[in-house]
Amino acid sequence: MTTHIRDFVPEGGRPAPEGLIKLAVLAVGGQGGGVLSNWIVDLAEQNGYRAQTTSVPGVAQRTGATIYYVEMMPDEGREPVFALMPSPGDVDILIAAEIMEAGRAITRGFVTSDRTTLIASSHRMYAVSEKIVPGDGRAGTEAVLPVAAEMSRAFICFDMEQVAAAAKSHISASLFGALAGSGALPFEREAYEQTIRASGRGVEASLKAFASAYDRAGGAVEPAPEPAPAIALAAAPAPAGPSGLVEVWAGLTARIALLPATAQDMVRRGVEKVVDFQDVDYGDEYLAAVEKAAARDADHGGAMHQFAFTVALAKHLANAMCYDDVIRVADLKTRGSRFARVRADVGVGDDAVVKITEFMHPRAEEICGMMPARLGRRVEASPRVFGLIDRLFNRGRRVRTDAPLPFLMLYGLAGMRRFRRSLLRHEMECDHRARWLARAYEALDHDYALAVELINCRRLVKGYSDTHARGLSKFDRVLDAARLVEDRVDAADWVRRLRDAALKDEKGTELDGAVATIRSFVGDDADRTTSAQS
Amino acid sequence: MAERSFAKEVQQLKIGAGEEFRGEGILAITKALLECGVGYVGGYQGAPISHLMDVLADAQDIIGDLGVRYEANASEAAAAAMLAASVHYPIRGAVAFKAPVGINVASDALANLASGGVTGGALVIIGEDYGEGSSIMQERSHAFAMKSQIWLLDPRPNLPSMVKAVRDGFELSEASNTPVMLELRIRACHVHGAFTARDNQPPPLSVAEALKDPKRKTDRIVLPPAAFAHEQEKMTRRWPAAVDFIKSRKLNEVFGPQNGRVGIVLQGGMYNTVIRALQRLGLADIYGETDVPLYVLNVTYPLVDDEFLDFCEDKDAVLVVEEGQPNYIEQALGFMLYKAGRRTRLCGKDYLPPAGEYTGSAMLEGLGAFLRDNDGERLPARHRAPNRPIAETPSVDLTKTVPPRPPGFCTGCPERPIFAAMKMVEEEMGPHQIAADIGCHLFSIMPPFEIGGTTMGFGLGPASNAAFDGGGEKRPISIIGDGGFWHNGLTSSVGNAVFNESDGVIMIVDNYYSAATGGQDVLSSRAENKSKSTNNSIAGAVRGIGVKWVREIDRTYDVGKVRDTLKEALTTKEKGPKVIIASSECMLNRQRREKPAMARAMKSGERVVKPKFGVDEDVCTGDHACMRLSGCPSLSLKKLDDPLRDDPVAAIDQSCVGCGNCGEVADAAVLCPSFYRADVVHNPTAGENRFHRFASRLIARLQARRAAKRLTFARQGA
Repeated sequence: MTTHIRDFVPEGGRPAPEGLIKLAVLAVGGQGGGVLSNWIVDLAEQNGYRAQTTSVPGVAQRTGATIYYVEMMPDEGREPVFALMPSPGDVDILIAAEIMEAGRAITRGFVTSDRTTLIASSHRMYAVSEKIVPGDGRAGTEAVLPVAAEMSRAFICFDMEQVAAAAKSHISASLFGALAGSGALPFEREAYEQTIRASGRGVEASLKAFASAYDRAGGAVEPAPEPAPAIALAAAPAPAGPSGLVEVWAGLTARIALLPATAQDMVRRGVEKVVDFQDVDYGDEYLAAVEKAAARDADHGGAMHQFAFTVALAKHLANAMCYDDVIRVADLKTRGSRFARVRADVGVGDDAVVKITEFMHPRAEEICGMMPARLGRRVEASPRVFGLIDRLFNRGRRVRTDAPLPFLMLYGLAGMRRFRRSLLRHEMECDHRARWLARAYEALDHDYALAVELINCRRLVKGYSDTHARGLSKFDRVLDAARLVEDRVDAADWVRRLRDAALKDEKGTELDGAVATIRSFVGDDADRTTSAQS
Repeated sequence: MAERSFAKEVQQLKIGAGEEFRGEGILAITKALLECGVGYVGGYQGAPISHLMDVLADAQDIIGDLGVRYEANASEAAAAAMLAASVHYPIRGAVAFKAPVGINVASDALANLASGGVTGGALVIIGEDYGEGSSIMQERSHAFAMKSQIWLLDPRPNLPSMVKAVRDGFELSEASNTPVMLELRIRACHVHGAFTARDNQPPPLSVAEALKDPKRKTDRIVLPPAAFAHEQEKMTRRWPAAVDFIKSRKLNEVFGPQNGRVGIVLQGGMYNTVIRALQRLGLADIYGETDVPLYVLNVTYPLVDDEFLDFCEDKDAVLVVEEGQPNYIEQALGFMLYKAGRRTRLCGKDYLPPAGEYTGSAMLEGLGAFLRDNDGERLPARHRAPNRPIAETPSVDLTKTVPPRPPGFCTGCPERPIFAAMKMVEEEMGPHQIAADIGCHLFSIMPPFEIGGTTMGFGLGPASNAAFDGGGEKRPISIIGDGGFWHNGLTSSVGNAVFNESDGVIMIVDNYYSAATGGQDVLSSRAENKSKSTNNSIAGAVRGIGVKWVREIDRTYDVGKVRDTLKEALTTKEKGPKVIIASSECMLNRQRREKPAMARAMKSGERVVKPKFGVDEDVCTGDHACMRLSGCPSLSLKKLDDPLRDDPVAAIDQSCVGCGNCGEVADAAVLCPSFYRADVVHNPTAGENRFHRFASRLIARLQARRAAKRLTFARQGA
């Protein structure tokens, strides 16, 4: 753990220099840390200070964490000896262009409560290590914010990236505004603005970003946005559509109200999702399954557990029922709302010409999945026919959904929705779902927590093609390993651990480790149990 | 053309005597060279010295007007060899490169240069890439100075001192007929400051003029018996001449009180950090007025015995502040004290860290401890208890929370798809022996690709796989960039593979520039360069040296093609090295060129297509398989406001340049259909507009038709 030096007391006779200001900028390569530190030096030099900036360029600037360092001192006619790098416990102002870089500054000791004004943008730029995790690998900002507040003399934190984007400017401008607004430097606002003007590029946008950041910086700490509270049932908007269907929908929502209160929001979202995926009958099927779960849940003391089993099942069953087949992809890609979202993302209106290219790569598996179940099974059983289909279809397809013919093709595929229940893929998904639920119900009879965790394991099944296959294999490995521990009191803990391990890496190396650990303490009996099953 | 333009800054190179020069350290050095009447300059790019090469390139007209020859050398060896012009001719020359790797490459030429000695001043400006931000092995250049008898300057890191070191360096070189190295640390290269300029001097004898009247002296050529005479000369004449010059011109500096029980001996480059530590101890002020005597070695090789012994007179103890290892200076000073029979206590790496950068806190701790132990009068406080100030520990340890952020491929980098393809081949055919090289492509060793096991030096990737040239069950693969290829890869790596009938696969990553060092042109750069010959073919060179199996991929973003070509190279029956040249322009440079042009075209009403990728978040399942084949900064995560979804989905932010990697990877690796490319057509043609209106109306009608038959939820499929 890092220890931070603060309140350093000089032991010799000379007092600490008056007016010396030490400022460090921690940024991610490409964020404009160089522009910002040059502005700060210009600002200081134009306002009666001597200043020096240093940086460590080179490859670190290629998307890596980078430090810029500035020192300044009132001009007394002599050249001060400035340091070339920040020292722990000796930084007056620290500007972090991203919240985790603020965290990095803290771990390096550059933020201390006796002197450091910490100005940090609350937005995240995820590191590669966070992105490549198959599950949720994001490092939590919630750990950084309180520490940042505790370790700094003053803490100014808001989304400066967003402020800059709103002004069509760059984060260097909003960071400069926040610095001005913090009052940590002895210069007037006009002096900062003059510096921006003198730089001569993108002045208006920079000034706009500067101004709004300046205003917000006065408001001190602003915690990261709380996750939005779940929309209350009453607030959930009713769907649009033909009156007959809306009526059926009303019947479905009425049934939701009879379910345990803790599950209602999840169920409502679940029904929406499955109806959107297929139709109201599918919603009815889903609700019936959830109702059955709620009843069984109640029998097993669900009330004591806030009906956790029902909540988990409502969530994962909805996801499982809305499997990713060709029909769903075609449906989602051809909707009007989706076209609007694409246009919004590239920032143009309806009139603008936008060409949309989809990247699809159907394999024989997907084609068979779209066949009537019996036919599909026969084709899959015949390597010759299957291989032929694979040769015919298995290649990348660029589909221009903004053009009539390709659109019609996808539109037609989406229209196959009405046959979906008779297709091979649906049958496979139903089988898998049934086995999974049976397993969970079996556990529910003797271990409530384990049943919940088994339901949650469905999270492992996601993605397409190889990724999907790997997900299924992880799912199977976790459920198999769960057999080894199901009679233990901590069975649920183990299943959760197995699932977490499975989400850590692509190949399931951590999962294999966790399974090996289990095997090491359950011993030979377990091996016999599994081999008997497989 | 380099990534950063100094076109504006170089105008300052013209200023005359008495005017104030303001700017980066590197630029100040360039100005000092011109003031010293340098006759020729050159070098090879590499952090932290790249900007010096960029400045020289941008200042070509100014230095050309003075009659100074500028050369962008092919390698550090070539640069050092160029100093040969100063052997017989009284012409000053300077070359710059990064150290110590550049000196490694240059050492053959430097050793020959140092043996025969020089007539005109020869200056080797080295950017010491050591400590934080460094991208190379941590070594010192000092050893090269000692082994070849080249003097080493290490000035205080401020502009006046650095400029003075250039002036002194030339004179020292001429006074002792010895080349001089001027060492600048990373931060000194980029420190901003000011100094008072002098007038630029055209060289008294230009290289062009010298050609009129060629000179040669056999005794300066490194061949026996002259070489034996050179060695004697080094010790009997050149070294003493250098020591005299250093002493008489007071190149080293002494600060602080005349007497004192203790003192500090330091490399010039360490001065600011030492002063800051003394300041924090209350023993110096901000202007460098110090209560502790300092002996600042602006020349770290050779050392001046009597200067040092004078400094030690009446002192109980001296501390040597010498960054890096081993402690050559401390050893030499200890030897002097011993020979002189002195009893002064010599301290150094017993108080300061034995290895690693001397940071502010390392210096503060080291100096504090030394002074407390040896100078109780000045630091009497706390009964010589170490100044352990109030320690503050965060309530939560963030070291595990904060993710590491190593450098990686930029947004849209054309090298990303090459490694995505390689990773796919590895998945399919199993892991291979892969040797990496130096350059941006070395980022492949980091997640998500984790490709490449060694890096042995610039242009040496394929050579470093030579032991596996005979082949085996699987073929070895090596990687080399266009920069490394022209630096010496053509001969050392490709030639070596041809001659030894290598069975390996060589992947040449061609991004049109020396990209990692800032986008300088190389022989195969595609841009026209007004003073350099570009557009020379890598494939031509490779075939010329004897490679039979060559494949050129002119668009690296075609992931499927890269993958299939690599698979072919790994399986073909063809004998000899298999060379793949994968070419696409460095995206940083391409954007810098295209962005303004595109903006201008858009403004003037020309038809411009602007691509951007996106992800359909309903289709994305949050498995992040795409990111494991990308690592692009613009392809990131987004947490949806939907309790049904546990894992964040992929999202592409506005920094996307539409390079195409996402779509190609999704296709080639059969990932998922959630990616799309949206091409916004600015200033479309009338026909395009008409077709767009027709298509949109048709599509909208179909969409409305389907929506009328189903329930539409605000929260679904948006």
